[in-house]
Amino acid sequence: MIEIHLRHLQGAFVLDVDLALPARGITGLIGRSGSGKSTLFSCLAGHLRPTRGCISLRGRALYHSEAGIDVPPARRGIGVVFQEGLLFPHMSVARNLAYGARNVSTAFWDEVIAALDIGHILDAKPARLSGGERQRAAIARALMAEPELLLLDEPVSALDPGLKARTLELIARVQARTQIPMIYISHAPEEVRRLCDQVVTMQDGRVVSVTSEGRVGAPYAARTPAAGLRCAR
Amino acid sequence: MGPLSPMETSALLLSLNASAWAVLWSLPLAVGCGWLLGTRRFPGHAALNALVHLPLVLPPVVLGYLLLVLLGRNGVIGGPLNELFGIRIAFSGQAVVLACAVVGFPLMVRAIRQSAEAIDPRYARAARSLGASEMRIFCTVTLPLMAPGILTGTTLAFARAVGEFGATITLAGNIPGRTQTLPLALFTVTQTPGQEAEAMRLCLLSLVLAGAALLASEAVSRRMSPQGVPA
Repeated sequence: MIEIHLRHLQGAFVLDVDLALPARGITGLIGRSGSGKSTLFSCLAGHLRPTRGCISLRGRALYHSEAGIDVPPARRGIGVVFQEGLLFPHMSVARNLAYGARNVSTAFWDEVIAALDIGHILDAKPARLSGGERQRAAIARALMAEPELLLLDEPVSALDPGLKARTLELIARVQARTQIPMIYISHAPEEVRRLCDQVVTMQDGRVVSVTSEGRVGAPYAARTPAAGLRCAR
Repeated sequence: MGPLSPMETSALLLSLNASAWAVLWSLPLAVGCGWLLGTRRFPGHAALNALVHLPLVLPPVVLGYLLLVLLGRNGVIGGPLNELFGIRIAFSGQAVVLACAVVGFPLMVRAIRQSAEAIDPRYARAARSLGASEMRIFCTVTLPLMAPGILTGTTLAFARAVGEFGATITLAGNIPGRTQTLPLALFTVTQTPGQEAEAMRLCLLSLVLAGAALLASEAVSRRMSPQGVPA
């Protein structure tokens, strides 16, 4: 279970989220620009400290304002994929993939490379890759660290429609094969509906709906805001 | 023109040697300062920035004199160094290296700082999410991405050090074979009537050296893409 109960104040903007999501499948997080999805992404990844609240992943507290817990990003077990991929430009794709891979098995390594269809670009430098290849390599790099949760921040928004569809297909395939839960952030509802098991919609810093859609139709649990923090410590 | 005289050869070698040691010694500190100024905001940021750039705007003779006051035999630092360890920095080979290092330092920091500023901070975030420690991120991501700035800064500082005159003559004197660098040798021959040919030769030598250093700096910049990847 991914539990997120937090409130964050940033000038006039207030992020107020109370969510519990199953730690499996792909969860879509949609909302217009300014809805708070990027702020929530930063809070989950540990790039931003919420004003108060808690975040826990499979019973492990990552952030708990009252207990004084704030696990640094490097130890959260949360992988991130940015919109631009951000592969390390001075390293080959293979070295990028190996960067976070510590005890990864050869089978897992091969599985991810095959699922994302990047076997032919392992020796290439990121500058020589197409947009789609770069994003697939960035997703593979994040998966090689075997995170407990992978956050994808609009990973296909910069791609043309054909590449977008292909990349979405490959994301679904690699998720099914690795079983690493993902949160997929996007402002394009059609992308998310095609890909995700459940969809969280945000507006003005709040979650306005949590629906179960898509190919699996997995159950979800959305809690109403309640006093106190219920995350594990 | 003819071959170089022993005095000219000695001045040339001394200049190259002192400049090389100067950039080598100042490199770690310049990388630290450039990175700090380019990527971190902290109290005293503006003061550190001003301090680093001071040698760029101060007349070199002033710099040399201040260093002499500090490091001379009766100086604040030079006095105890002489009394306790018998180390005399002023008017020695080390003084030449120090003068060269001080004048080249701001150029080095400036180039490194610019390359540090150009690095997208999300590279470090991506590395952190892959479990990397801050030290590993610095060594494997930040430092390689700063490489173009480090190389450009080093070349520029070297070129500046080769041409250094004011601080060197004030702090190290003009002792042939010991502290007489290329610009100092040129100054000496220009003060002696009938040595116009020698003066022109040293002048051309300085031009060739400075030109070569600048061309090398350009070549290094061209070989690197904006994110530090050799083309």
